[in-house]
Amino acid sequence: MNGFNWAELSTAMPGLMQGLGVTLRLLAMGVAGGIVIGTFLALARLSSIKFLSTLAKMYVNYFRSVPLLLVLIWFYYAVPMIFTLVTGDYLTIDVAFTSCAVAFMLFEAAYFSEVVRAGIQSISKGQFNAAYALGMTYPQAMRLVILPQAFRKMLPLILQQSIILFQDTTLVAAIGLVDFFRASYVRGDLMNLLTPYIILAGAMYFVVSSLAMLGVKQLQKRLRV
Amino acid sequence: MSDKPMIEIKAVNKWYGQFQVLTDCSTSISKGDVVVVCGPSGSGKSTLIKCVNGLEPFQQGDIVVNGVSLADPKTDMPKLRSRVGMVFQNFELFPHWSIKQNLTVAQVKVLGRSQAEAEKKGLAYLDRVGLSAHVHKYPAELSGGQQQRVAIARALSMDPVVMLFDEPTSALDPEMVQEVLDVMVGLAKEGMTMMCVTHEMGFARQVASRVIFMDQGKIEEDATSEEFFTTPRGERAQHFLSKILNN
Repeated sequence: MNGFNWAELSTAMPGLMQGLGVTLRLLAMGVAGGIVIGTFLALARLSSIKFLSTLAKMYVNYFRSVPLLLVLIWFYYAVPMIFTLVTGDYLTIDVAFTSCAVAFMLFEAAYFSEVVRAGIQSISKGQFNAAYALGMTYPQAMRLVILPQAFRKMLPLILQQSIILFQDTTLVAAIGLVDFFRASYVRGDLMNLLTPYIILAGAMYFVVSSLAMLGVKQLQKRLRV
Repeated sequence: MSDKPMIEIKAVNKWYGQFQVLTDCSTSISKGDVVVVCGPSGSGKSTLIKCVNGLEPFQQGDIVVNGVSLADPKTDMPKLRSRVGMVFQNFELFPHWSIKQNLTVAQVKVLGRSQAEAEKKGLAYLDRVGLSAHVHKYPAELSGGQQQRVAIARALSMDPVVMLFDEPTSALDPEMVQEVLDVMVGLAKEGMTMMCVTHEMGFARQVASRVIFMDQGKIEEDATSEEFFTTPRGERAQHFLSKILNN
């Protein structure tokens, strides 16, 4: 523990904050992209068009059956390779961050789609009928009447899934992307202060997740009334 | 009453899988008619009224509403439905919207009215059902009878050519039935074309021009209300009447 003091921490802070930035950006993109793609997946899954619903079902089953780490690595190595094979060009973007963001969005979409599907199914058929009876089209009924009610009911589950994703973002270390955890680890390793830095990182994840979980509980209480 | 029927139901057959829920149903409702549809539960009366605005599909026959055929696959169903008002057993107000939004959103999004125009119309109908004071409340803050009156105002705000009522008082506490019936009687007296699935025989006697009795998916009786109440012809209709009138 010798040497783990405010001076050291303040020197480390810019690096840690940069890592936290990566963590939060991945989280935000994973949640936002996951919900948007997941909503379309859920609509496809509930569609009366057999082809669409089968396709969505296969997608969800696939992503729920493979480890997230594998998806991350696959996107990191395979996607640039396929891109080069197809176009003959090299990717010029930040491959590590972009591939992780895309992987999280597609992976989380599978989970969010199940949440959204349950949410839509929890709205009574009478609400659909009332919307249709007023002359609304299917997209209008979904957008104006069904989804707003469904999302309200789903909010605790969405938050819960986001907390899981928040913790899962640490997996990006596997492909060398420096998130908050990786930044703490690297700094600790460098300064021979690995233990305190790991504890610090753990405390951060613990506090944020616990607070969010508390928020979920409050939300569930409020939504029940 | 004009000669051109507002609703024409022509030999409609409907199945749920193997089970036939509607058998050869035919009737016609002219402009200004108030037709009450009654019958025991499971007789297909709610299914029939939901066929009229296409909420339930049917496999055979045709229904023509205001000159538009529902069996025609080219028919713009949302457009047709926007002119057919419907009131449901469970009110089905949109719980995430205030009363004002419930009254105006469809007018704006479906009919393309301006917000100001929609509000003017919606609030006028809300006033008509006697609930102006509740415009900023949410549906959950109203009683069942009040919610149903708002639902009627919501349907009327769309300027429907015909109103469909699917057991509008069945989910209400007894003391709230009358306030809803009063609104319906008022509408009937103004000449609104109405098709009402209901067991409220007092209402039928008071304002119905015709009564249709259904049993096991068939229209068993289709008579003027006077005929129906004085000389119901079928045994089933008599049995049904004696049961609900004695309650």
